[in-house]
Amino acid sequence: MIRRRKVKIWLLVLGVLHSIVICAGFLAPYDPVEQDRKNPYLPPMRVHIVDARKHFHVRPFVYAFQLRPGAFDQYVEDATQPRPLKFFVTGDRYRLLSLFAARFHLFGVENGRIHLLGTDAFGRDQFSRLLFGGQISLFAGLLGAAFTLFIGWCIGAVAGYFGGWRDDVLMRVAELFLALPWLYLLFALRAFLPLTVNPLQAFFLIVAVIAAVGWARPARLVRGIVLSAKEHDFVRAARGFGASNFYLLRRHILPETSSVLLTQAAILIPQYILAEMTLSFLGLGVPEPVPSWGNLLSNLQQYSVLVSYWWMYLPALAMVPFFLGYLGLASALQERPNPYTIERRSLGSLA
Amino acid sequence: MSYLLRRLAHAFLLIIGVSILAFLFTTLAPGNYFDEMRLNPQIAPETLVALRAQYQLDRPLPLRYISWLNSVFHGQMGFSFAYNAPVAPLLLVRAKNTLLLTVTATLLAWGIALPLGVWSAERLGQFPDRVISWGTAALLVVPDLALALGLLVLAVRTHWFPTGGMTSVEFESLSTLNKIRDLALHMMLPVAALVLSTLPLLVRHVRAAVAEVLHAPFLLAAEGHGIPRITLLFRYALPAAANPLLSLFGFSIGALLSGSLLIEVVMSWPGLGPFLLEAILARDIYIVIGGVLFSTIFLAAGNFLTDVLLYWLDPRIRTESASR
Repeated sequence: MIRRRKVKIWLLVLGVLHSIVICAGFLAPYDPVEQDRKNPYLPPMRVHIVDARKHFHVRPFVYAFQLRPGAFDQYVEDATQPRPLKFFVTGDRYRLLSLFAARFHLFGVENGRIHLLGTDAFGRDQFSRLLFGGQISLFAGLLGAAFTLFIGWCIGAVAGYFGGWRDDVLMRVAELFLALPWLYLLFALRAFLPLTVNPLQAFFLIVAVIAAVGWARPARLVRGIVLSAKEHDFVRAARGFGASNFYLLRRHILPETSSVLLTQAAILIPQYILAEMTLSFLGLGVPEPVPSWGNLLSNLQQYSVLVSYWWMYLPALAMVPFFLGYLGLASALQERPNPYTIERRSLGSLA
Repeated sequence: MSYLLRRLAHAFLLIIGVSILAFLFTTLAPGNYFDEMRLNPQIAPETLVALRAQYQLDRPLPLRYISWLNSVFHGQMGFSFAYNAPVAPLLLVRAKNTLLLTVTATLLAWGIALPLGVWSAERLGQFPDRVISWGTAALLVVPDLALALGLLVLAVRTHWFPTGGMTSVEFESLSTLNKIRDLALHMMLPVAALVLSTLPLLVRHVRAAVAEVLHAPFLLAAEGHGIPRITLLFRYALPAAANPLLSLFGFSIGALLSGSLLIEVVMSWPGLGPFLLEAILARDIYIVIGGVLFSTIFLAAGNFLTDVLLYWLDPRIRTESASR
């Protein structure tokens, strides 16, 4: 029962995290590709409630930046220009869930702009890019995992149910895929696909590449379950009554694989998000100007950015809560009563 | 013995399979190294045709595979378009740098993980175990990309370690001792990133494996004989828990050439990682195939090593294979 509650809690955490990213258009103050070339590499703005003269304000505000005298890329806060935070403001047009056009944003400022995580080389708001980038990265992970599980499920079912030469061939190929390290496989597969494509093609290309890499492990797990499930008495009975292969698989055997698939999903999704990030970081994935968590970080490959604009690193931390969520979910799903603690307790009572 | 022979054959088949797979993917690939030259008005189309013929890109795939196999047996592994040189020597230089990094990191990671894991298992559920569990969990949720970049940002802002490359500019003029020091300083960051990213998994596996055997009757008996705790843990418990750990160690060996790709790129370590990335972007396919093959050979070797070690240490496998 505790296990079930843990699963529910982690699912809730993940649900909240994903809704944040889904509602990127509403939560982000600006369009992710909108440029402001006069303000490149602005540092993150601090939200104040106490102003320079120690006066308290109910409405939080940020200060505008001005160039530090004598410098061309260093900014200091300009205490004469407070920008009060306004909530539910109208701003850039976006599509919520890519369905409803809307102009409402959770927050914004009236005169000037607000950049909670600073801006990049083109003055684009990093906070907005982070939220919209999450849509690409998370969606790539989810879609990739769904494809992988589907492929692995089909292959595992065929190999386990029909056995014989089909089993041999499929499992040898699976071993091949299992033996190769996934990043290498990802690299190699990506190497042999077109390099310059538009963002949408790139996205689906990546999803396909990622999905093609990971099917072997779920396939083997599903195969194992199918192997044992097809020997159940009720399955044999159904077969005796003349049930077709397809019916047996659909009605009696494949439902048993659901818990394995769920656990595998919880393990695969964060891996795949990371895979998308890695590819995009290396310039093999989703290209600019479309943001993704990977290509937000690729700026850091320039030494000057690394030295001078440390806040460009902040998007790297965005996936930590997601990883935590999926890790927690996976371990809650895998949890079994631990024989060692039980054994230990009985031993303790002996001593 | 037939068991080991079978495993060896298996490893060999794996390598062959991967090389064929890599070649198959090249046919699916649109474009090749000479495609960009087509845009150059100063290069005649006939030249391109000649170039393609020279590098045998116009021949059918099976023939190309056979001639590539031939060059593998001559220690060349194909020919790089970009470097205009055989692939194997190029790869060897980079592989040496990668190995320097990964061997150090692997030894270090295991050296830390074994005592930590054993300690954690011994104090299962107590304070040290909790601290270690939380620590590994925290490391586990920070992806290696974020970890490596974070270390890099830290190093750049504190100037504690040099960032990027393998040696300083003045490396050649340094004395031997200073050369080693310089190299060690440059290795610090990538090794730290590698160790931190592999450590949590290792610690968790050691902990689980040792915890499993720790309450076995023979250990209770040993304890009853008054054998010191340390001896008990490392001399008796650890070997008994070795089976899953040996598989993991084989995996570590197998990942020596492939586990550090990303971190090498991030830290600009002149190993296989950046080299392969460059080759991918340039469509220098033989380097990519060579790199994949190199790492597969290591993987197969790592797997085989595991089998040998398990065969040697675990009598159950010997009897099982004999009865077959």
